[in-house]
Amino acid sequence: MTPHDPPKKLTRKDFVSDQEVRWCPGCGDYAIVAAVQKTLPELGVSREKTVFISGIGCSSRFPYYMNTYGFHTIHGRAPALATGVKLANPELDVWVITGDGDGLSIGGNHFLHLLRRNVNLQIILFNNRIYGLTKGQYSPTSLIGKRSPSTPLGSIDYPVTPAAFALGCGARHVSRAIDIDAKNLGEMLKRAHAFQGTGMIEVFQNCPVFNDGAFTHFTERATAADTQLHLEHGKPMIFGKDRSRGLRLRPGSLDVEVVTIGEDGITEADLLVHDETNRAQAFLLAGLEPPSFPVALGVLYSSPAASFEGALLAQNEQATASAGVGDIDKLLRKGHTWTVSGE
Amino acid sequence: MDTFAASQGDRESLESVVIRFAGDSGDGMQLTGTQFTQSTALMGNDLATFPDFPAEIRAPAGTTFGVSGFQIHFASRDIMTPGDAPDVLVAMNPAALKVNLRDLKPGGMVVINTGAFTSGNLKKAGYTADPLEDGTLAPYRTLRLDISKLTLAAVESFELGTKEALRCKNMWTLGLMMWMFDRDREPTVKWLKGKFAKKPEIADANIAALNAGHAYGETAEMPSGIGCYTVPKADLAPGTYRNITGNESTSWGLIAGAQLAGLQIILGSYPITPASTILHTLANLKQFGVVTFQAEDEIAAICAAIGASYAGSLGVTTTSGPGVALKGEALGLAVATELPLVLVDVQRGGPSTGLPTKTEQSDLLQAVYGRNGDCPLAVVAASTPGDCFDAAIEAVRLAVKYMTPVILLTDGSLANGAEPWKIPSMADYKPFPATFRTETEGFHPFLRDQATLARVWARPGTPGLEHRIGGLEKGYDSGNISYDPDNHHKMTKVRAAKIAGIADDIPLQALDQGEVGDDILVVGWGSTYGSISQGVRAARRRGVKVAHAQIRHLSPLPKNLGELLRSFKKILVPELNNGMLVKLLRSEFLVDAQGLNKIAGQPFKVAEIEAAIASHLES
Repeated sequence: MTPHDPPKKLTRKDFVSDQEVRWCPGCGDYAIVAAVQKTLPELGVSREKTVFISGIGCSSRFPYYMNTYGFHTIHGRAPALATGVKLANPELDVWVITGDGDGLSIGGNHFLHLLRRNVNLQIILFNNRIYGLTKGQYSPTSLIGKRSPSTPLGSIDYPVTPAAFALGCGARHVSRAIDIDAKNLGEMLKRAHAFQGTGMIEVFQNCPVFNDGAFTHFTERATAADTQLHLEHGKPMIFGKDRSRGLRLRPGSLDVEVVTIGEDGITEADLLVHDETNRAQAFLLAGLEPPSFPVALGVLYSSPAASFEGALLAQNEQATASAGVGDIDKLLRKGHTWTVSGE
Repeated sequence: MDTFAASQGDRESLESVVIRFAGDSGDGMQLTGTQFTQSTALMGNDLATFPDFPAEIRAPAGTTFGVSGFQIHFASRDIMTPGDAPDVLVAMNPAALKVNLRDLKPGGMVVINTGAFTSGNLKKAGYTADPLEDGTLAPYRTLRLDISKLTLAAVESFELGTKEALRCKNMWTLGLMMWMFDRDREPTVKWLKGKFAKKPEIADANIAALNAGHAYGETAEMPSGIGCYTVPKADLAPGTYRNITGNESTSWGLIAGAQLAGLQIILGSYPITPASTILHTLANLKQFGVVTFQAEDEIAAICAAIGASYAGSLGVTTTSGPGVALKGEALGLAVATELPLVLVDVQRGGPSTGLPTKTEQSDLLQAVYGRNGDCPLAVVAASTPGDCFDAAIEAVRLAVKYMTPVILLTDGSLANGAEPWKIPSMADYKPFPATFRTETEGFHPFLRDQATLARVWARPGTPGLEHRIGGLEKGYDSGNISYDPDNHHKMTKVRAAKIAGIADDIPLQALDQGEVGDDILVVGWGSTYGSISQGVRAARRRGVKVAHAQIRHLSPLPKNLGELLRSFKKILVPELNNGMLVKLLRSEFLVDAQGLNKIAGQPFKVAEIEAAIASHLES
C-alpha cells in the first residue's frame, strides 16, 4: 500500500490467522480468542504493531491464532520477554497471554514484577483452575480438595486469588471477566487497552475436559444475576434478579455485607459506591466468594501511574540530553591516559 | 627479576617488581592496589594485577578468611601475568601475614603494620606465638612500623574520631610504597578530592596520610635491606594507553559492537559476582543508547534480552556460571527462534555457589553443550582484560550476522584484573550493519540466507510481515509449527550447520609462539593466555621446542585446528578446571591431548606451566 491509500478499516477476519485452532471442543479459549479478534478492530489498532506474547499451556497457543506478530515463549516467562519487547519498542501494542499455572505457578515471580513495574501492556490471565496441557493436574488456583492425577486424595494447599495477588503485587489495573460473557469481556479488553500501564484481566475460563463446571456456580445464566456483581465506577454496588440486593460496609468493621434494599430501612444510599481508585476497597471486592457473596466482575481497581518503560527511557533521554550522544572514541580516552611515542 | 637486593642513597633501578597489598577486607586494600596501579600505569610501566578478595563483604575483622589482597606486577619490559610470587608483601594485620607469607619469595620484603599485632589479633589469625618475635620472619627483610599510630599522628589535626582516622592508614601505606617505588602521588590526590568532594575534611585527611607515608620514607632511616627503587618505563608499542579492567573492557566492547551493528543494546541483567560491574558500567552509559534493565532474576534478565532482540534491538545479558545454568532454557528458546543474543559469562569457581570471588574456567562445557536438545550456539573467549573489548565486538558480530545466541566467556581474573591497554580507534573497525526484512513477497519467518543460513530478522511493526515464532519446532519451508519427523531432523541439522559454518568466517588458528615441528604444543583458551605465553617463552629460552596456541573461538573451533593439533606429537592443555577443553579436543579430533589442571580459584603461575612442559616432554 502506498502512503496515499486511505487506511483500511480492519475487521475481525483481519485478525484471524491461517492456523487451525487446536483447543478441545467446548474450551472457553474459543470464546476468548473470538472476543479479542472482535475487539481489536474496534480499538483501531494495526496488525503490524500488535504483538501477542505467551508462555506455555493451553492458553499460550493463543498467538498462533492471531494474524498479528506473536511469540510463543517458554513456561512462565512471557511477562519478562514482553518487558524486553516494550523496552526495545514502546510503540508496540503488547498483549501477554498466560494461565493460572503459567502465570501464578512457574511464572509467579515474573507476574509479580510485571505488575509492580506497571509496564504498559495488557495481560490476560486465563484462569481455569487446572493444568490442561499436561493432562489435568491441580493448579495454584484449584480449590482445596481437588482430586487430580497428582492429587488422588485431594489437593491440600490453599488456592491463590489472582486479583488479590495482583493487587498485592502493586498492580494498577485489575479487572475480571467470564469467558462466555462476550459483552463484559470485550469491555474489559477495551479498558485494559486504554489503561497506561499494565492492564490485567482475569478471565474465568472453563476447561470442559479436566475441570468442567469449575465456575458454573456463578456463571450459569439462570442464577447469574444473584451471583455476579458487575462493578461500575461511581455506581452503587447492586446485584440480584430484581436489583434489590447490594453491598455495604459492615458497621464497625472493615468488611462488607450483603443487604437487601427496603429491609431494615436500607436504601440505595447506604450501599457502597464503587471507586476504581480505592485500593483497599478493591481488596475487599477481590475476596468476595459465593455462596455468601457475589463474584465481583468488571474493573476492580484502576489507578494510572507512569509506565515503567516510559520512565526508564526518559532517564536515557535525560542522560543523553545532559551528556550528549555518546562518542566511543572519547569514552575510551576518558580518565587517565598516557602516550608512548615511537622512537 | 628475582628478589632484589637492598640499596641505599640513590634509587636502585629494577626491571620488574611484584607487590602484594594484604589486609583485612575493611582495610581498603583494593583501593590501595587500584591507586598504586593507576599511578604505575601513568609511569609507563607494563603491568598486570590480580585482586583477590573474600566473598563476604565484611568478614569478622582480623580473621584469615577476611583477608583481602591485591597483587600488582609492574615492569620495564612486557609482562602478561600478575606475577608468580610477590617480591614485597604489605601486611596490615597478623591474618594478612599468616595467609600471604607462604607466597613471598625467599629474601623478599615484608612491610608490617605492627600496630595491628595485638594479642587478640594474633589469636584471631591463629598464631600461637608472635611471628614478629619467633623467627618466622627470619628468611625475609622486614620493615616494621606502627602504621596505625603513624596514621593517627598524621591526621590528628583533622579531629576525626579514632575509627575514621584509622581508616586513613591504607593511604599512609600507599604513600610509603609510592615513595619506595618512585610513584607519583598526584593521581591519587586528584582521585581522593573527587571521591570525597562532599566531605572535604575526609579527602584532606587521606591526602595528609598519603603525604605523611611518603615523607616518612624520605626522612626516616630505613633498616638494613630496605631501600628505594625505580622501575623504568616499559618499551610499549607507540600509541595512547590507559589502564583497563576486563569488565570495563567488556562493557565498552559491547557498546562498540552494537554501534558497528547499528543497533541499540538492551541489557537484561541480574546482579551476580563477578559480573555485576558490567551492569553498573553500562547503566552509566545511557547516552550511548544503552538501556539497562535490572530484572527480577536471571531468567527474566535473559528473557527480556530475547524480547528486545525479537523487537529489533540487540539483547544482551551478563552473568556468571550459576546464572548461565538458570538461563539454559531461555538460551534454547533463542536458539530455536534464531534470534541474536549475547550472553557474557564471567566465570567463577563452581559447582553451585562455589567460589564466587575466585576465578575458574569451568563453564566451558556448560557454554558449549549445557542445554536440552541439540542446541548449538557460538562461544567466544577473551584472553586478557583488554582483549575483552575485541572479544565482545566479535560476539556481537557473530550474533547479528548469524542470528544466534553467542556466549562470551571471561572470568573473575579478567573481570577484576587490569592491564595497560593500547586504546584502539573505532575507525579501525569495519561496521557490520544488521539488516531487517521489509519485503513481503515470499516472506516466511524462517527464510534463510543461503550463505550464512541465518534466518531473516523481521521486526514487529513491519507491515505485511506479521508472523508467529516460538519454542515449538518450525517447518523449514513455512515457519509454522511442525511435528513432522523429517522436518525436525532437517531443522536440527540446519541449526548445527549454521553454527558450524561460522568456522569459514573466523581466523584460522595461529601459533602464538613456536612452529609446526616443535616437540610439544601447549593449547590454552581464555585468561590463561598470559601464564602460558610466559611459561612457553621461558621454556623456549632454555632451548625447549615448544609451541603455543590460544583458542578464541570455542564453538565452532577454527577449521584448521584438527590438522594443527595432529602435526604435534605431544599436546598439553592447561586449564583452570578439571579438564574441559581437553575433552573437546579429544572428542572432536581424536588426538592424545593431555590436561594440566588447576582448580584452586587462582590463575596459573608461569613456573607451573614451565614445569608441566618439562615433565610432559619427559613422559
